[in-house]
Amino acid sequence: MTGPGFLDIISFGPDGWGPALAAGAWMTILIAIAGFAIGGVIGTFGAWAKISGGPLLCSLAEAYTTILRGIPDLLVIYLFYFGGSAVVTAVGQLFGAEGFVSFPGFLAGALAVGITSGAQQTEVYRGAFRAVHPGEVEAATACGMGRLLKFRRITAPLTLRYALPGLGNVWQVVLKESALVSVTGVVELLRQAQIGAGSTSRPFDFFFIAAMIYLAISTVSGLVLQVTERRFSRGVRRG
Amino acid sequence: MDIKFALETFWSLAAALPLTLELAATSIVLGSVLALGLALARLSGILALDLFARVYVFLFRGTPLLVQIFLIYYGLSQFPAVRHSIFWPILREPYWCAVLALMLNTAAYASEIIRGGLLSVPHGQVEAARACGMGRFMIFRRIVMPQALRQALPGYGNEMISMVKATSLASIITLMEITGVAAKLISESYRVIEVFVVAGVIYLAINFALTRLVAFAEHRLNPQLRAPLAISAELKGEAH
Repeated sequence: MTGPGFLDIISFGPDGWGPALAAGAWMTILIAIAGFAIGGVIGTFGAWAKISGGPLLCSLAEAYTTILRGIPDLLVIYLFYFGGSAVVTAVGQLFGAEGFVSFPGFLAGALAVGITSGAQQTEVYRGAFRAVHPGEVEAATACGMGRLLKFRRITAPLTLRYALPGLGNVWQVVLKESALVSVTGVVELLRQAQIGAGSTSRPFDFFFIAAMIYLAISTVSGLVLQVTERRFSRGVRRG
Repeated sequence: MDIKFALETFWSLAAALPLTLELAATSIVLGSVLALGLALARLSGILALDLFARVYVFLFRGTPLLVQIFLIYYGLSQFPAVRHSIFWPILREPYWCAVLALMLNTAAYASEIIRGGLLSVPHGQVEAARACGMGRFMIFRRIVMPQALRQALPGYGNEMISMVKATSLASIITLMEITGVAAKLISESYRVIEVFVVAGVIYLAINFALTRLVAFAEHRLNPQLRAPLAISAELKGEAH
């Protein structure tokens, strides 16, 4: 083999792609966190609509989760990227800007990942809310807690505890989905690997490193989730 | 929304439907064979096979599908040995690279579903079959497999739907399936909403049909859960 070796590529030295790949990995984590957070807000509202919204809100939430689970995530990313650009261009023309204005890829990606993970989180929160024992809510009422206090002290923490395993799964999905955001040109891990592959003609090495970094991120976050789960279910008796 | 444009879009996207279905069907069928092998390796009790299946599932579930597609499509060409091998005519084609990546990916997820199904068969039934004098292969064919299939089917249905959605990634390596055509139409016309709605409806229709098919298969495979319609009708007829 000619040119730099595998270790030279991943190194942080003068010819190494280490810093660039690390920056890409950080961007991947940022997209995943932003998407997960947006999905969390949507999921909370969606679960609320399904549990105690009126028939209209409930059927809207139902339609949302059904549609988002039936269409590819890549299509949603295209919708936000091209759709966002169309909106931004139209607004730009109102203020006298000329030509095509492109929508920031990070925002489009985070929104798209957020909308798709929101559908999954809706189901997770709804299931977790159902798992809260009615007796505990009753006991809180008997203690004279108001609606808000009851939600803050009893329902919300218990729902979160039951939702934790499901949220862990959603996080892993979001992390892998963030790779699709590379199509919008955001320089996250996969896009950085593509750039490296293009300029060194060593595609396998770069995609292999990217895969290993994804694996490392998902393994570490999996371990963190496991510890969190154990910590928050200290009070739960099993078996 | 422009109805005329939406109709035109529908026909161009419908022309790409066969490729999407072909990709999904080929990779699901090939993937299920590999998945069964992996599930059996996990349950074989042979340490090497068990370890191999565990590592395989860990690697393919822990990395994004798009990275796997890129590794196969762009990555393998780095090695002259691959370029000069007899497999190169296949690995050069984006279609077979997409099928290979989708198949390897779905096998990892499906093997866990199948393993769950195989584990759900009560041990007593296997023992009873052994007591009847059945051989290992016959026990698998007559007792374990039919029941594992029933158990695994709902989960496998979900995996098939994610596979249909995953075929959209093939568009990134130049295959013009539904999402590929949709992206081309969007970048040509800048009419995002129309194209998105039409493409979305087609995907929803595929997945709806798939869900109905799986539900039908579930209905057929679980005769014990069905009401005995024919007999009750006959009995009613006799009573009159």
